[in-house]
Amino acid sequence: MPFKPVVLWTDLLVFLLIGVLIAAAIHTRRREHLLAPWKKVARSVYGMCALVVLLAFLAVGLLDSLHFRSKLPGESGQVNYAPEVLSVFDLLAAPMRKKVEKTYSAPLSLHSFAKETVTHADGTQTREFPRLRHGGTHLKDSATDHVTDVARKAVGGLGLALVTWLVVVILTIATIARRRATTPSAVYAGMLRGQTDIPWRAMFVTLAVMLCALGPALALSGHYHVMGTDKVGQDVLYQALKSIRTGLVIGTLTTLIMLPFALALGLAAGYFGGWIDDVITYLYTTLNSIPGVLLIAASILLSQAWVDRHPGLFETVTERADVRLLFLCLILGITSWTGLCRLLRGEALKLREADYVQAAHALGVSHMRIALRHLLPNVMHIVLIVIVMDFSGLVLAEAVLSYVGIGVDPSMISFGTMINNARFELAREPMVWWSLAAAFFFMFVLVLSANLFADAVRDAFDPRLRSGWSLTLSRARAMGRRT
Amino acid sequence: MIAYLVRRILYAVPVLIGVNLLTFLLFFYVNSPDDMARMHLGDKRVTPEAITKWKADRGYDKAMFFNSSADGAKSLTNTVFFEKSVSLFQFEFGAADDGRDIGHDIRQRMWPSLAIAVPSFLVGLLCYITMALLLALLRATRIDLIGVILCVAAMSISGLFYIIGGQWLISKLWHWVPISGYADGVAGWRFVVLPVLIGIIGGLGGAARLYRTLFIEEMAKDYVRTARAKGLSESRVLFGHVLRNAMIPILTGVVVAIPTLFIGSLVMESFFGIPGLGSYTIDAIQSQDFQVVRAMVFLGSFLYIIGLILTDISYTLADPRVRVG
Repeated sequence: MPFKPVVLWTDLLVFLLIGVLIAAAIHTRRREHLLAPWKKVARSVYGMCALVVLLAFLAVGLLDSLHFRSKLPGESGQVNYAPEVLSVFDLLAAPMRKKVEKTYSAPLSLHSFAKETVTHADGTQTREFPRLRHGGTHLKDSATDHVTDVARKAVGGLGLALVTWLVVVILTIATIARRRATTPSAVYAGMLRGQTDIPWRAMFVTLAVMLCALGPALALSGHYHVMGTDKVGQDVLYQALKSIRTGLVIGTLTTLIMLPFALALGLAAGYFGGWIDDVITYLYTTLNSIPGVLLIAASILLSQAWVDRHPGLFETVTERADVRLLFLCLILGITSWTGLCRLLRGEALKLREADYVQAAHALGVSHMRIALRHLLPNVMHIVLIVIVMDFSGLVLAEAVLSYVGIGVDPSMISFGTMINNARFELAREPMVWWSLAAAFFFMFVLVLSANLFADAVRDAFDPRLRSGWSLTLSRARAMGRRT
Repeated sequence: MIAYLVRRILYAVPVLIGVNLLTFLLFFYVNSPDDMARMHLGDKRVTPEAITKWKADRGYDKAMFFNSSADGAKSLTNTVFFEKSVSLFQFEFGAADDGRDIGHDIRQRMWPSLAIAVPSFLVGLLCYITMALLLALLRATRIDLIGVILCVAAMSISGLFYIIGGQWLISKLWHWVPISGYADGVAGWRFVVLPVLIGIIGGLGGAARLYRTLFIEEMAKDYVRTARAKGLSESRVLFGHVLRNAMIPILTGVVVAIPTLFIGSLVMESFFGIPGLGSYTIDAIQSQDFQVVRAMVFLGSFLYIIGLILTDISYTLADPRVRVG
């Protein structure tokens, strides 16, 4: 085999999550009462536009979750694999990943950002901005061709984006027309006037904006550094795209890892009451009263000490970094599950008194069965809202934690490590702004679309409980903001 | 009321013991004294004697939870857990790795933390409530819509952006105030302004939106309609009735944060070079000083529990319907 697949722990969980999502979608499809709130989400303009953006981020994240180690060329007898773990995304982004410069260079620039002493062929030395090793090396006459070449490539990328967009729009219209048994032109007219149930017009506009930004960037990325390079000469756009996976993993896995505990304990506390309730309430009050950042700091320090003492457990740097990421998710989960647990306890307290639960109890249905059949389906909307609402706070928290030095492994590319490495760049003279700008921009788009989508989900599933929840949640999420 | 308070305070004791047990497990069990000794002594000088001496110097050479060699009550008290816990409960934090007294450092460093945190908290609360009231007053207008959109956008921006951007704009470009640093007394105001301002702006989006929702929810209630029907002016309705009632949920979220103001903000203090407890903690985290981190965890939990008790008291003061007993 020319490569050896590597399944990291987080990859496994991510794909497990995707599997669960698909199963849930199939389950929901047939049941009108479960489908109704989702239809409401589908009618929300902001929510659906945000979903388009989120899906793009998700695609990058998933491509970046398929890892492998390529085979090293060597004698035929023994097989050696490269120590470097790559992902499918790395393969696609190979031009960006491999073109490493010496140090800083501005976006789309041909020259390095720092002056260097260059020795010419005739022995003379001058101070000048040296030509980049990779950026724009295809140009014959770099001084005159630079701008036209960039413009030409950008327009080409724009054209390609437009074609892609048209294909998507036409395919969607054709599919809808076939399903509704009308003509495509009628569907098109409805969309143009914005009279469709699902806000297709707004979604297509979002897609167009996204593709218009993406197309030129991709077209240029093969030959230039679209967002410049950082201190060690790595392409900034590549790093920003790689950060997406880390953000998505932290945002989703954190809540999911702790979900079983929060569900079991919260429901048990509310349903049984008595001493069980006391013990569980004591447990989460205790955990809650430890400042989240400090608990995370302590745990990360200790896990780091543990990893340092057991270096043999991990074959590659990536695997070690991945275990730390998973551990970070676990710790973040421990500090944030208490909010959900409290909500579930309150809901179970109410449900316990419901007639159907009382009836089930009187008929001799076991506790386990009552919990699974009567309690769980009635609290799933809470779980769902908490998962989507926690997501953005966790992505923001990762940046802060990595900045403090208790976040992801320094070797793992994330928004936090990007910002941390670039923290003094604005103070430089002249200023280096592109690393920070790229990290903040990508994080902003991801978090904003997550926030908008979360609002749409919350409104659809439980519009009544707006403030009470946000208050409880905001306390749980305060860690990310307040630190 | 007194009886209720006493009960609440008594209830806090097991929680604190739980916190202490948990941190003890984290710091002494996962990472045993032997490991700590090895880490501190460095790889070269590690000999069994050196480790034993290091442990004996710090009192780590006893049994962890149960000392079977001692008799009677001594078997429980003559242990690492008991001795370390008792000193924590007496607020004797011991010495940091560099030999400084942690309690002394905390007492000195809490003032800069407070100098940043108290103005941020008070002025911030005022700003958030004013902004939210304004939006609630103009609800369902274009200004309200734009305001809410801006709030959502603002809360999607990383807090680090406000700090880095603010420092760059105000200090580097405009030269209004120094980028970072701290001075005691009134002369220190120049160092305080920027972190306070950035702290307030960073929290504006989320808080204003949340409070706006609370106000609008309150405005939809029956008693507000009654007040309007009586012929009260809109401002009277808003300030006399809505504000007072909407303050109850706001209070619960806010009062709990008051005692933790002491701890300061880790990131703010390290960015702005404030010699407070936040930067103290960060330094300890980065130099892996477990004693300091453990002391701060205990202090933080203690203050949080005080915050919870204060929240309950403020509840009864703000809402006459709530009775304790």
